[in-house]
Amino acid sequence: MTQVATPDEARDPLMIAEQWKNEGKDVAIATVVETWGSAPRPAGSHLVIDADGNFHGSVSGGCVEGAVVAEAVDIISSGTPRMLEFGVADETAWQVGLSCGGRIRVFVERLG
Amino acid sequence: MDPTVLNTLNAERRARRAAILVTDLGDGSSRIVRESDTVAGGLGEATRQAFRTGRSQAIEVDGRTLFLNAHLPPPRIVIVGAVHISQALAPMARLAGFDVEIIDPRTAFATPERFPEVDLHAEWPQDVLGRKPLDAFTALAAVTHDPKIDDFPLLSALEAGCFYVGALGSRKTHAKRVERLLSQGATQAQIDRIRAPIGLDIAASSPAEIAVAVLAQIVQALRTRGTERAETAAAE
Repeated sequence: MTQVATPDEARDPLMIAEQWKNEGKDVAIATVVETWGSAPRPAGSHLVIDADGNFHGSVSGGCVEGAVVAEAVDIISSGTPRMLEFGVADETAWQVGLSCGGRIRVFVERLG
Repeated sequence: MDPTVLNTLNAERRARRAAILVTDLGDGSSRIVRESDTVAGGLGEATRQAFRTGRSQAIEVDGRTLFLNAHLPPPRIVIVGAVHISQALAPMARLAGFDVEIIDPRTAFATPERFPEVDLHAEWPQDVLGRKPLDAFTALAAVTHDPKIDDFPLLSALEAGCFYVGALGSRKTHAKRVERLLSQGATQAQIDRIRAPIGLDIAASSPAEIAVAVLAQIVQALRTRGTERAETAAAE
């Protein structure tokens, strides 16, 4: 729960995604769809990314955003949604740093 | 995601209406479910639960994996009356995660010194609510027990379907209030939704204790929205 009565247009990832799309940008939306353990952001959290790698929002505490942004840029060009999984059980994910002990699944899709 | 789905979702959120974005994680297709929509089967049950709890999660329905992202407006509490109870209720409610606003046209009560860091309106409720209407995700607590101040926002809250409507006053005060509200067009079903005497019965005595009872009752109303338990609680 936040302290604002309506979504903050300047910081809300989904509002920003809409605005970017209206400006003619290509956009991907990443959503946390499942968490295990001490994942820092709950299911439903969003990261939105444009084709240049600009992003807003978060899907973790800053640990895996870099990897999600890189995948998102691919997904923007291919148009095929993808499920990403990060966690301590995954060597690659360990490298990108979800060291808090949690595991998350992130669904990344292109807007439009 | 189809851009029109995102635009619809954002429009619902701007209007402070609850919406659930349902995404098929297999093919990426998505749709919006509003609280007034009738959805059958397992998905219907899951969306009703998501509207109540605000929890987002993936579910399995008919062999498909669906992600339900619940977008509930942040709950707020409008307190009518800048009284002693409100001085305790406002900071407690903020700690519990609510947006808080206080309305009281009596400028001797509604002072920033008595209510630091609170969204305070030293105006008549009709003026404030005209600009910023009540809605289903707002709780209204009327605590002046002055008909001139409390009656209008109580009627507005019943009309707007506020998830909680509470009014301070003894049973005798409330009986007179009910007569007035009925004569002003409220239905008996609406009247039955008013929690009066206000607050859960914890034998509260001091203004701060009454604030605890009111806040607990508001949390109960929020977390049991649309369930039988909510109706039972209101009828008690």
